[in-house]
Amino acid sequence: MAVLIGRARARSMPAGRSLWSDARHRFFKNRAAVASLVILALVAGFAAFGGLVAQWSNEDIDWAVLGDVATMGRPSLSSGHWFGTDELGRDLFARVVQGTQVSLMVGIVGALISVIVGTVYGAIAGYFGGRLDSAMMRIVDILMSIPYMFVLILLLVIFGRSVFMLFVGIGLISWLDMARIARGQTLTIKHREYVEAALAIGVGPFTIIRRHIIPNLLGVVIVYATLLVPNMIIYESFISFLGLGVQEPLTSWGALISDGASTMQYGTLWQLAFPLFFFVVTLFAFFFIGDGLRDALDPKDR
Amino acid sequence: MISYILRRLLVAVPTILVLIVLSFLMMHYAPGGPWTSERAFPQAVIDALNAKYGLDKPLVSQIASYTWNIVAHFDFGPSLYYKDRSVADLIAQGFPVTLTYGFWSFVVAVAVGGSLGVAAAVWHNSWLDYLAVGISIGAQVLPNFVMAPILVLVFTLWLGWLPGGGWQGGAFPYVVMPVIALSTSFMASIARITRSSMLEVLNAGFIRTARAKGLPMRRIVLRHALKPALLPVISYLGPAFVGMITGSVVIDIYFSTGGIGQYFVNSALNRDYFVIMGVTILTGALTVLFNLVVDILYAWIDPKIRY
Repeated sequence: MAVLIGRARARSMPAGRSLWSDARHRFFKNRAAVASLVILALVAGFAAFGGLVAQWSNEDIDWAVLGDVATMGRPSLSSGHWFGTDELGRDLFARVVQGTQVSLMVGIVGALISVIVGTVYGAIAGYFGGRLDSAMMRIVDILMSIPYMFVLILLLVIFGRSVFMLFVGIGLISWLDMARIARGQTLTIKHREYVEAALAIGVGPFTIIRRHIIPNLLGVVIVYATLLVPNMIIYESFISFLGLGVQEPLTSWGALISDGASTMQYGTLWQLAFPLFFFVVTLFAFFFIGDGLRDALDPKDR
Repeated sequence: MISYILRRLLVAVPTILVLIVLSFLMMHYAPGGPWTSERAFPQAVIDALNAKYGLDKPLVSQIASYTWNIVAHFDFGPSLYYKDRSVADLIAQGFPVTLTYGFWSFVVAVAVGGSLGVAAAVWHNSWLDYLAVGISIGAQVLPNFVMAPILVLVFTLWLGWLPGGGWQGGAFPYVVMPVIALSTSFMASIARITRSSMLEVLNAGFIRTARAKGLPMRRIVLRHALKPALLPVISYLGPAFVGMITGSVVIDIYFSTGGIGQYFVNSALNRDYFVIMGVTILTGALTVLFNLVVDILYAWIDPKIRY
């Protein structure tokens, strides 16, 4: 059978193009998305390898500049503080590298949790339908109508402020939208012929969800996940800006922006400018990539 | 309509109760309970405190009395950090402030965002349209905690036009920056939503009919297109409300406006459980009620909704 299909394909479609290669083609025609991809790669490279080229460690205090950060701690090539120093005389380049690592990690892990939980939850609710569906979606409705940030902060206070708790808390909330989207998509997929064919030959419900529903959800899920990453980064930065997120000596963009904002009246503007620049540029990149992916993977939505 | 409202209430009330029970359970199972602090209390003191606040009773009756106190007496318990003041006192003090700039942010976001979106759609592909799209893309990456320092930098440190913080009973110069910082990203979202739905409506058949009748554009937009175009905006108001209530925490901290968010964050830093729970429950209840109002509004405006 497979051989036959392979032969037929080889004969009738010499330039066989799958849906995915079509999508890739569309994506790479979108210049803003491709440029964003490059920028994002640069930011990721900065996070991964910035620590290797930094002249100072992120924890060491440069005693030479400590008394007079506003003039001695300026960004300069000669002192090795390329981004200047922070209020405590620590090298801002190394701090921004570290903050970028934490923020990107939170964004990606948060989005991953939401993809896994949300897709499975939504697919199950949508596929089985009926009472189970309404009960499961009612739970999502209820959770969605709660101001998540307050609950997240409550969680952080009760179980201690740590990066792990931050992951758990953000993960707990982030899957709700994804569950709704996956459910909606499942409702249309489950009446397709291939699902009916699978049903007719007696495939079990969980196998159908795993083999047929979820793979066909992937396009929408990927688009939404790239739009989720910046949102997760914003959540984390919001909490860290309030001083409730990652704790010293760890840092993140939100914490660095907060530090920079609290010292800018002393003329140490670089302390705000560098973290803000990375924050804004990365968010822009993610939004444009998300848009590009949506156009590429979900052509009907244009 | 009445039965629809009743049915929605039937969902809203349990939601609030679930929120109360969940936050109480979280506090109950917190390591160390609510009396953890830098200095460990002697066991006798903890027992006395537990007895005073009824925390030595069975869990179910604790939850019942906590809930009852909130519902019947608006009593959220004592504040452990702000001595001699109850959570209800703090709410009474901070909430009017939050409500004031929150209300104006909401008005600004809807009015500016809505008109920007409508204008962009009516003059599609003009410079105005590109400006509106540019603003709404740019504002996506400017959440309140980014806007606030930038505004202070420009208007306080460089231009010296506006005070960098404080409230002064809500005097105009003290309200401007909080409102702008809080409303920008929502204004952008509303502009984007209005623009795309207005574009869709303007292509609909009944608009073509109105044009064919020779109605002036102003009248077409205001009388025929606006109402259907605003429907998606209304369904965005719920999330916008949540976002603004959340964002008020940043505003209160950064601009020292003395709103509820300031107490919330200080309490979170000092493990002042009753305040955190109280504010969480209050904002949760407000959100649920607001969503209820939005849903009713939606059902009232959109004749296609069956209730």
